[in-house]
Amino acid sequence: MRVVRLGSEVDFDGWRKAARALRAEGTPPEALVWTVERDLFDHGEPIAATAGTFAVPAAFMNLAQQVVLNRSPDRFALLYRILWRLEREPRLIDNPAETDMARARDMAKAVSRAAHKMKAFVRFRLVEGAEKETYAAWFEPAHRVTEATAPFFARRFANMDWTILTPDVCVAWDGDRLMVSEGADPADAPSEDAQEELWRTYYASIFNPARLNPRQMRQEMPKRYWRNLPEAALIPGLIEAAQDRAAAMVATPPRPPSDRVLKAAQRHARDASFGAGIPTSLEAVLAGASVCRRCDLWRDATQSVPGEGPPNAPLMFVGEQPGDQEDLAGRPFVGPAGQLFDRALAEAGVPRQRAYVTNAVKHFKHEPRGKVRLHKTPSQGEVSACRGWMDAERRLVSPRVIVMLGATAALSVTGRAAPITESRGRPLTLPDQVQGLVTFHPSHLLRLTDTAAKAAAYRSFVQDLRLAGELAGLV
Amino acid sequence: MAVLDLRRKLAILSDAAKYDASCASSGAAKRNSLDGKGVGSTEGMGICHAYAPDGRCISLLKILLTNFCIYDCAYCINRVSSNTPRARFTVKEVVDLTLNFYKRNYIEGLFLSSGVIRSGDYTMEEMIRVAKSLRLDHDFRGYIHLKLIPEASPELAAEAGLYADRVSINIELPRDDSLKSLAPEKDPTDIKRAMGRMRLAIDDHAEPARRSGRRAFARSQSTQLIVGADEARDGDILARSANLYGAYRLSRVYYSAFSPIPDASHRLPLVRPPLLREHRLYQADWLMRFYGFAQPEIVEQGDDLDLSVDPKTGWALRHRDRFPIDVQTADKEALLRVPGLGAKAVARVLAARRISRLTLDDLKRVGAVLKRAKPFVVTADWRPGALTDQEDLKAALTAPVQLSLF
Repeated sequence: MRVVRLGSEVDFDGWRKAARALRAEGTPPEALVWTVERDLFDHGEPIAATAGTFAVPAAFMNLAQQVVLNRSPDRFALLYRILWRLEREPRLIDNPAETDMARARDMAKAVSRAAHKMKAFVRFRLVEGAEKETYAAWFEPAHRVTEATAPFFARRFANMDWTILTPDVCVAWDGDRLMVSEGADPADAPSEDAQEELWRTYYASIFNPARLNPRQMRQEMPKRYWRNLPEAALIPGLIEAAQDRAAAMVATPPRPPSDRVLKAAQRHARDASFGAGIPTSLEAVLAGASVCRRCDLWRDATQSVPGEGPPNAPLMFVGEQPGDQEDLAGRPFVGPAGQLFDRALAEAGVPRQRAYVTNAVKHFKHEPRGKVRLHKTPSQGEVSACRGWMDAERRLVSPRVIVMLGATAALSVTGRAAPITESRGRPLTLPDQVQGLVTFHPSHLLRLTDTAAKAAAYRSFVQDLRLAGELAGLV
Repeated sequence: MAVLDLRRKLAILSDAAKYDASCASSGAAKRNSLDGKGVGSTEGMGICHAYAPDGRCISLLKILLTNFCIYDCAYCINRVSSNTPRARFTVKEVVDLTLNFYKRNYIEGLFLSSGVIRSGDYTMEEMIRVAKSLRLDHDFRGYIHLKLIPEASPELAAEAGLYADRVSINIELPRDDSLKSLAPEKDPTDIKRAMGRMRLAIDDHAEPARRSGRRAFARSQSTQLIVGADEARDGDILARSANLYGAYRLSRVYYSAFSPIPDASHRLPLVRPPLLREHRLYQADWLMRFYGFAQPEIVEQGDDLDLSVDPKTGWALRHRDRFPIDVQTADKEALLRVPGLGAKAVARVLAARRISRLTLDDLKRVGAVLKRAKPFVVTADWRPGALTDQEDLKAALTAPVQLSLF
């Protein structure tokens, strides 16, 4: 019986040299004992290197390099037996059904699985107080795959310093090259990392108790690895609680939704930006507004009332919302307020046909009262819901001056509510450098009962319209 | 509103993400961080870093950016009318969590989804900000999967493709009519249109990106179908999948057994998730993708799969006239249709039979499951004889049914 002593447990080169010499001198597999132990058979003779070489299939060399990393004590012997047989049965290597080949393949598969699990289950911990970002991990691989797998970690974590400590061997990366040293002890690695608490939170939360299947979990994450996985300590508790959690979900009847969330969502849905559907023509605004469902006003209105006027008018009037007449006609400012507006415009010398006239809200908001429909002021929400249409008109017409008729119009154009009496008549510059002017809504003038006040307000209104006309270069 | 700490947010927003079945981190272009400033690598094959007690792997940090949502999809825990606790991550929080977890080797990357807030575009923009920050600010080279919001604008979907390795749009319900009734705000046409555009974009980028070495574009898209929330039959589901694979070249269709959710809508079945059905659908899907089966060969539309046997065995039992086949001489296509013989085993059979006549032991060594294969094959030392046509063959092949966990 001949003893072949190799340099280490993963000494592929040593095995290869010895195997080459032994096969060349015709030593049969049965006559050999392969070992790495120093003191077991210390009378082993060195193997003389031989000059002669012979070819073996590349597939065998690839397989052998993997098999050597397996912890099975018979791996060197198995490989030599296959090498020995290859001389007489060269097609052996191509027969995956053959017993020795199947055994070698299973060993190689176990090695590649162990390497894969190492890539998965190494858990780095930050080394506190290190100058450069430095991590270390303690890991116990199923087979001797640490050195072979280290380049993977170097490619992935190239810009960190890291060390992987195992009982067999340690590998370290300093941002430049890999270093290999003797095996270590678990105490040499950091014992905790602040992120582990978050990781455990994630692990516990991503698990669906209604699908509990611990058998499959163990199949993929064998218990041998659990000791060094920070999340594994949670497993028994999660399994135990799962059935109750799942049963409770089924047993608990649904509760009514929270008002706060529901309202917030409704608000979001209503005020959402117009997004992809940004209209590129006034026709598109008209079409879009006519099927708009962003608030509920469409339900009781006859139709949406789009703006009217030349598509490149220098002056734009924004009112509040269509009234009863406008709702029926589908045109803005045609009712009593519209007639007063027309008269004032004429007095101010501003031609209406040169201006674009529209409303902040496109559908008529009202309340039925007997046989009439009572006008109701639109809410802030309805104004924001409709704002996209108004913004689109503003963008497409691109006027020099925008006149806001009343508080609702001012809210829609500026985004802020302000008392009319304080802001009216004073030109202001809107964020897009357009001139703005706030004045009364014509229906406000209709509602005033005090004759003197009514006359004064009307005079101011005409004045404001004239100023707007001047700013727009129409007067 | 009380400010939630990061841990509580993570608990809420990963809990909300656990109903999404997709987890794969494979199929990315190969890259590493050796020449970069940041961190990360992808090597084609994804790695599962942990397994949850439900047996599913954890490969990515799978979270929602927020579980606030303006939609009211009946099957979804995050629907607006649900009482689930709500939270929202900031972009930076997601970026930091991803990097911190990644550097500790907990994950392969990020799978980011979101409830829809304000609008599809707004939500999509926020998600893109996360991916963009990871890629551009931190030179992150790990895996990123973004869930697309179907009604977001095409430009945003295209931008998402610049930073993600894979994108997905969930169809959720296999039938358009059930989508309409259970997810009133979702439009099946929107979803299909978005998938179509994404396929064109992926195809478009595939060649030039490889040639010029430009920044890569997402390489694939996937989707998820919920099983058991509506009346759809397995045949309908698989027909939908076949259509999706063909039309949009999806890399995967995930099947997710509808599982009870807390505070569930009363319109849905609160029963144990049909896990076996889900499993059979995956097997059938596999047959379509890797074994050359056409969808109607597996199960007709309007019919369900037979849960008691795997779909390949079911097919073989219905086509006994084609069996037994001789493993020594049968062609590859015929071998792939033998129950108990997987694609790897078939490849090994083809190699081994050139060298020797195969026995049952040989078959076992190449990885065949003999119990299922035996009635359908002839080997050097075995003939099934009348076994192939035996009345109770199905019963003999049927595995005992797993006991209910509920």
